[in-house]
Amino acid sequence: MARRPSRKQAEIEALRAIPAHQRFSDEPPIVVEGLVNRFGDFTVHDGLDLTVQRGEIIGVVGGSGTGKSVLMRSIIGLQAPTEGRIDVLGRTITGVDLDKKIGVRRRWGVLFQGGALFSTLTVGENVEVPLKEFYPDISDELRREIARYKVLLSGLPEDAIAKYPSELSGGMKKRAGLARALALDPELLFLDEPTAGLDPIGAAAFDRQTRELKETLGLTVFLITHDLDTLYEICDRVAVLADKKVIAVGTIPELIETGHPWITEYFTGPRGRAAQGAYEQNKAREADASASGASGAGASE
Amino acid sequence: MTGAAHYTLTDDDAGGTTLALSGQYLVSTIGAVDDQLARIDGNIHTIDLTAVEDIDTSGAWVACQLAKRYDAEIVGESEAARRLLDAVEGVSSDAALVPERVPVWERVPVAMGEKVFAARNGAFGVVSFLGGILIGFGVLIRHPSRFPMKAVVRQMEMVGVSALPIIGLMSFLIGIVIAQQGAVQLEQFGAETLTVNLVGRITLRELGVLMTAIMVAGRSGSAFAAQIGTMKLTEEVDAMRTIGISPIEQLVIPRIIACTFMMVLLGFYSSIVGIIGGAVIGQFALGIPFFTFLERIQEVVPLHDVWVGLVKAPVFGLIVALAGCYHGMRVQGNSEEVGIRTTMAVVSAIFAVIVLDAFFAVFFTEIGWG
Repeated sequence: MARRPSRKQAEIEALRAIPAHQRFSDEPPIVVEGLVNRFGDFTVHDGLDLTVQRGEIIGVVGGSGTGKSVLMRSIIGLQAPTEGRIDVLGRTITGVDLDKKIGVRRRWGVLFQGGALFSTLTVGENVEVPLKEFYPDISDELRREIARYKVLLSGLPEDAIAKYPSELSGGMKKRAGLARALALDPELLFLDEPTAGLDPIGAAAFDRQTRELKETLGLTVFLITHDLDTLYEICDRVAVLADKKVIAVGTIPELIETGHPWITEYFTGPRGRAAQGAYEQNKAREADASASGASGAGASE
Repeated sequence: MTGAAHYTLTDDDAGGTTLALSGQYLVSTIGAVDDQLARIDGNIHTIDLTAVEDIDTSGAWVACQLAKRYDAEIVGESEAARRLLDAVEGVSSDAALVPERVPVWERVPVAMGEKVFAARNGAFGVVSFLGGILIGFGVLIRHPSRFPMKAVVRQMEMVGVSALPIIGLMSFLIGIVIAQQGAVQLEQFGAETLTVNLVGRITLRELGVLMTAIMVAGRSGSAFAAQIGTMKLTEEVDAMRTIGISPIEQLVIPRIIACTFMMVLLGFYSSIVGIIGGAVIGQFALGIPFFTFLERIQEVVPLHDVWVGLVKAPVFGLIVALAGCYHGMRVQGNSEEVGIRTTMAVVSAIFAVIVLDAFFAVFFTEIGWG
């Protein structure tokens, strides 16, 4: 893999923050090069490379303790890596002040595993927080309206808006967290195990919604998951973390072809086969429905 | 032009107005024009989005609301804009973001009633907590093998050993202050030698134990409440119950034993360090040699002063531990509650300690340990 020469520090400093109104540049939203994360003697990542393309949903899988969450925390700047470079939306974020130099924080939304809602604020107020922080010029009335429809768009009922997080179930907390993550219409969405702990119906609805959001808003989604159904249904590509690196990136059939034992076991074990079967059945049903719809239309003409 | 949202109004022949939006309608730019858009007064029947370069859900929301208000038609939107408009169209709501505040004349009586009920529940809670502890001790006496020795030792280390530096420093400084200030006053009667009596009696009888209790309440009582409270929030306490481990036995009793026992040692230690502080000042400021000061202490301080301090210390330790653990066990709901309960634990512990100290003072004087 040909590596781009690392940018000099001065060059990085010279790049100004991305103007708030400039959206969707052509650069890949996330480029990770040579990432090393070490905690004491314990190395989590050792020379990890990953490029995420614009507009795709990339699923990140790996066994427990392979550093999926650490990778996400590195990319969103919560964890300063030991070595390596991370570019987000064309700006290098390693070693610089995220807000002053780059201005990328307002361009991503993050859904943490438990929702991470602010427990002293209602759901609606939670969604208002990023709006208040980044765009204080929006009038109170409009901000409240935006917060309301974001909550409703995330699939929560109207009466959930004025509720406190402690009054919500786990699934509702995740939806509220998603509403907050989407408050600024970000280009980049990070989801940490979004369907973990949801019932199958709720999980399927969440998957559907993620895909719809991606299509409507043109989002790029970085998704950590163990949910094989999610991987089959909505992920365009899947990155596999093992041996402190990303050992393979690609569609699921491509990954299975690599023949790596862990990947094979992951996707062709009993759960993997079940998820694949469900996915193919769904596809067939959709194809049937559209075929019958088309023939019906043809008949009526 | 980039980086801003604009609009123009054009009257057409039919007597209506066309509102043409242009530029970028994004969450970052909408704040500048929203007010003006809301104030447009006219018979708008068409909203033209042809010149809009970029739009997100916030922009679509504003366009959609305008269309609804004037019953206008949206034309010229791009495909992406159409998708966004469709997405936001059905989701209007007037729901308030915060639960509505009740009017004052309802709120005040409700709050008072809640306080009364809370006081009643608090009284029940305290009684059942104390009962739980008694039962816990009973169980441990009958089954000594279940005694949580490890936890007790660990708590002793946290409450006692790691508090030595701060309590030592505090007591030393208090000893210095009493000796120095006392000497200044006593000098007026030519009785500076009585400084020894003052330092010896006040540290052993009162201040050593009282200040230590306050410090332990701040250091350990708060820690008890916060630890146990967080464990309640993360359902650790519930997990213990389901496994059949009693949280009272494993969490509360070790802390109570450790705190009660350690308060005796810390209180005595504090008194001794306070006397040393006084002796140091005696050496340097009053011209009483260090060891003479200590010998004088033996002569002028009656033994029962030591007992007064040592009797009070475990009682104060018990109070601090009970307050901390009780408030920790009462935490429920959210992280804010942990903070509230921790504060309450410290405040109620210090308050109870000071009130009890007053009773002790009267009691010991009455029985002739003046």
